[in-house]
Amino acid sequence: MNSILFSNMVRFIMLILLQVFICNQMNFLGNINPYIYILFILLYPISTNRFSFIFISFCLGLIIDIFLDSGGAHAAASVSIAYIRPLFLKFSFGAAYEYQAIKFKDSEFLQRIVYFALLILIHHLILFAFVIFDASKINLIISRALSSGVFTLFLTLILHSLFSQKEK
Amino acid sequence: MQQLLNFFFKNRTTVLFLILFLVAFTITTQSHDYHKSKFLNSSNQISGSIHGVFSSVGNYFNLKKENTILLEENNRLKAFVFNSKTGPLDTANIENKFKLTPAIVHKNSYRYLENYITLNIGENEGIKEDFGVITSKGIIGIIDQTSSNYSRVLSILNTKSKINAKLKNSNHFGTLGWDGVHHNSVQLNDIQDLAKIAVGDTIVTSGFSYTFPENIPIGRVASYELNATKDLYIINVQLFNDMTNLRHVHVIENLDIEELETLNPANE
Repeated sequence: MNSILFSNMVRFIMLILLQVFICNQMNFLGNINPYIYILFILLYPISTNRFSFIFISFCLGLIIDIFLDSGGAHAAASVSIAYIRPLFLKFSFGAAYEYQAIKFKDSEFLQRIVYFALLILIHHLILFAFVIFDASKINLIISRALSSGVFTLFLTLILHSLFSQKEK
Repeated sequence: MQQLLNFFFKNRTTVLFLILFLVAFTITTQSHDYHKSKFLNSSNQISGSIHGVFSSVGNYFNLKKENTILLEENNRLKAFVFNSKTGPLDTANIENKFKLTPAIVHKNSYRYLENYITLNIGENEGIKEDFGVITSKGIIGIIDQTSSNYSRVLSILNTKSKINAKLKNSNHFGTLGWDGVHHNSVQLNDIQDLAKIAVGDTIVTSGFSYTFPENIPIGRVASYELNATKDLYIINVQLFNDMTNLRHVHVIENLDIEELETLNPANE
């Protein structure tokens, strides 16, 4: 149990640093940046207390917000996907989730992509809706969410397969 | 009462989610409100100092380029002094109206609609709200938040930014804002249709607000058009500064600001 706690703490800190100092400096094609910190929320152990999980996700988003001067946009997006995560776990992994038996690193690649993609899409839509905060610019919100979302999905899948290899 | 408590206990994750989401929403609306985001911003001590560590590492990569820029500016200023007609520039014949403080950019952003820049100096160095920030090439924004060691600048690449500016050769003035589209172009609004504008004209600060001295360069006219009611020009201004690459800046303090404000308290 302690090693899980420890590895999650390390992941929490590393992802924040990686996000703020590398991923937010990328500016791919002008203004596309990946938001890889949500890997923490995607991979958080399933069997643990949901109450604390939602609170930790909120803190994660808020810390990112403070660094990026984005008000509470990341906090809102993070806390939302933390709350609706069980729904998408059930949808993507099916029965395995019911027995709480899935291990992300052993899961099928396709299932993992569906799970990542759906949560990333929702996260980015909420995030850019809050960042831009202008209902008349709905096209801009959707186009930014999609372009950044593809980038995020790509990077999170790479990062996840890179780092889960070692644990075997 | 018991039932109510039971209900909350049963749905405690949902209640927590709703509370946290509401908190995040409130912070967001406040941050979109000018001058209200008081405590959660990058000028606070912790995030400011972490930004500082990483920016000091990044400094080394730009040293050569920064040296060239400084050399160019020194060269220009020296040429100006040697060729001036009024005689030697001496502290005796300069009036002491503006105080400049050098600063280093810790964090810069230009991708959002509301962009901010974090500087490495704060209240301890005498920096206060509403001081102007420039580089050797032109203006970059106005201080909007300070802590004891850091300060945050409302960049001209911010849709909330409004700065007085004028055409250099005809003195027609208007308001400089940003439409959020491209980080190299800002918009000068409310110029009278009597003004003669040509592509390539220089735009400078007007000196009407007390933040900036007069005639600090901003950019040049890239294109212009009349607005919907056909009586005012909207001018696209191409900035002299590369807003994506800022390092050394100057903070300007107007030493007469209290006197000026007692004269005209209604001014922005």
